[in-house]
Amino acid sequence: MTLSKEKLLELYKKMITIRLFEEHAVELFANGEIPGFVHLYIGEEATAVGVTAILGDNDYIASTHRGHGHLIARGGDVKLMYAELLGRKTGYCKGKGGSMHIADMTLGFLGANGIVGAGPPLAAGAAFANKYRKDNGVAVCFFGDGASNRGTLHEALNLASIWKLPAVFICENNMYGISMNQEYHQNIKDVADRASAYGIPGISVDGNDLFAVFEAAEEAVKRARQGDGPTLIECKTYRWRGHFEGDPTVYRSEQEVETWKKKDPIPRVKKRLLDLGVLTEQEDQAVWDEIRKEIQAGIDFAKSSPLPDESELLEDVYCD
Amino acid sequence: MPEITFLEAINSALKEEMRKDPNVFILGEDVGIFGGCFGVTQGLLDEFGPERVLDTPITETAIIGASVGAAAAGLRPVPEIMFMDFLGVCLDEVFNQAAKMRYMFGGKAKIPMTIRTACGAGLGAAAQHSQSLEAWIAHIPGLKVVMPSTPADAKGLLISSIRDDNPVVFIEHKMMYGISGSVPEGEYSIPLGKADIKREGKDATVVATAMMVHKALAAAETLAEEGIEIEVVDPRCLQPLDKETILHSVEKTGRLVVIHEAVKIGGVGGEIAAMVVEEGFDYLDAPIKRIGAPFTPIPFASNLENAYLPGEEDIVAAVKSLV
Ligand SMILES: Cc1ncc(C[n+]2csc(CCOP(=O)(O)OP(=O)(O)O)c2C)c(N)n1
Ligand SMILES: [Mg+2]
Repeated sequence: MTLSKEKLLELYKKMITIRLFEEHAVELFANGEIPGFVHLYIGEEATAVGVTAILGDNDYIASTHRGHGHLIARGGDVKLMYAELLGRKTGYCKGKGGSMHIADMTLGFLGANGIVGAGPPLAAGAAFANKYRKDNGVAVCFFGDGASNRGTLHEALNLASIWKLPAVFICENNMYGISMNQEYHQNIKDVADRASAYGIPGISVDGNDLFAVFEAAEEAVKRARQGDGPTLIECKTYRWRGHFEGDPTVYRSEQEVETWKKKDPIPRVKKRLLDLGVLTEQEDQAVWDEIRKEIQAGIDFAKSSPLPDESELLEDVYCD
Repeated sequence: MPEITFLEAINSALKEEMRKDPNVFILGEDVGIFGGCFGVTQGLLDEFGPERVLDTPITETAIIGASVGAAAAGLRPVPEIMFMDFLGVCLDEVFNQAAKMRYMFGGKAKIPMTIRTACGAGLGAAAQHSQSLEAWIAHIPGLKVVMPSTPADAKGLLISSIRDDNPVVFIEHKMMYGISGSVPEGEYSIPLGKADIKREGKDATVVATAMMVHKALAAAETLAEEGIEIEVVDPRCLQPLDKETILHSVEKTGRLVVIHEAVKIGGVGGEIAAMVVEEGFDYLDAPIKRIGAPFTPIPFASNLENAYLPGEEDIVAAVKSLV
């Protein structure tokens, strides 16, 4: 465990930022202010934050349709994120991408993705670029349990394994691909088992335990930077919200959701911080209040931002 | 005649064919318990059970590949690809397997499968969930392409598609699921490759597909107020294409506008225009106008998406420029 107290507090704040960002997105969507689809990350915060905690400047991330948490964890700007969700000119993608396509190339964030399972080969390619340039960077790919059945993951794992690419594949196993429980969509319990088919390490961890996620990621990233190739890490977690906002969630029980809410990753980190004496209850309140303000500022920024101009429709199709 | 929605029409076609033919089965992501991403397959799992309504993993390549195999082996699969954009994941299975097996095998195989898939923009679903890619498919010999615009057509054409012994791609514009219309009572089907005249007129022919049929009908009202009568022709099927009905209409009106939601460049509209030039040049009293989306991926922001989509005003302007 190489997490300093300061770092731990920073990670805690990121988890809270994700939680509050998403809770406000629920509201904005319900008010009809976000067009299209939004897939929320509430309940899975420890996974994104635990993994990205170990990343540095030259590293890449390939994200998913459920990508807000990954970007916030990586240091994304909530102002630009909200502006993108609301389809504003000031958003991350000038309003052209929306929730499903938010990207930040300055952070090595290769985008959320509307195509399930598109990320793994992209991550393999980014890892190849790191290796090619010998810049000591790694590429991390997030993908879901549902995506773990796509051929793209298997082809990417194989390629990454034979080329010993500095890549880390993070399966966010939240037990469902839309309505399909894992039990119905694959014949195994641990997605990590699939690593053995490619001769690479595979490990399953409690995705709601920041420390477990961090330790696994730290080990995998170390391996990747040393030139020992990719690792598959499975983080077992759960999405509290429906698959997308508006999902009637007929496929799971309220009781199941309640059980998982008891495993909320945020209070677990808080407890550690209290135990370590890094945080008091009172300071904790201040932390939440401060982040609430930041979130509100993000929303205000988005709402007061202009829409893209129609003349921009044909821009950015090609490089000039 | 009863009024039902486009969605209900598709649902009832599936049910009727499944009741009739035990070889028909459906498979796809979330088609069972969830009743389909848009609700099209609701109630099917309850009625036909998990042997015939298969919830698949996220595995388009295997959904279509396995459908081709099952069809070659004598079944009649109706796979669903949730969004047309995801056809990109299983293009080999569509283009190289389903389309070509019969020909490559010297006519010794048949692949009776119907791929249902949702196309179209309007939901703010951005670049990877909004495309209209019918031209890709219509370009591949061996595939049939159906693109209905009304509940009655959707039902009758889906029934014919399922009964057809060839691979058919049946494209449902997602913004039309809620559109209501009357549907004939009792059993009926509509043959593939027959266009339908949605409104008669004498001054110009507007060939439109899917959502654009509704835009053309709205434009027809506006133009009628100015004394211009357009004839709205819905091909309904892009492969095979009913050339005769289109040519006949152009012979009558002497003017042609072709509109689709897909990108104009390389779209099916170009094919229709070229066909009319080749086979009906003498009927034309004016140049042909093509309307389609601009050459750009589909933007997210609602105002940009609206600007992207072709619509009623484009049709009105195009027709006025010809008459
Ligand atoms: C290739 C492809 N197929 C289907 C979809 C529709 N879809 C979007 S998200 C999703 C479920 C993804 O499940 P999982 O990978 O477990 O991620 P989660 O949503 O649980 O985070 C599906 C089927 C898609 N976007 N892309
Ligand atoms: Mg999942």
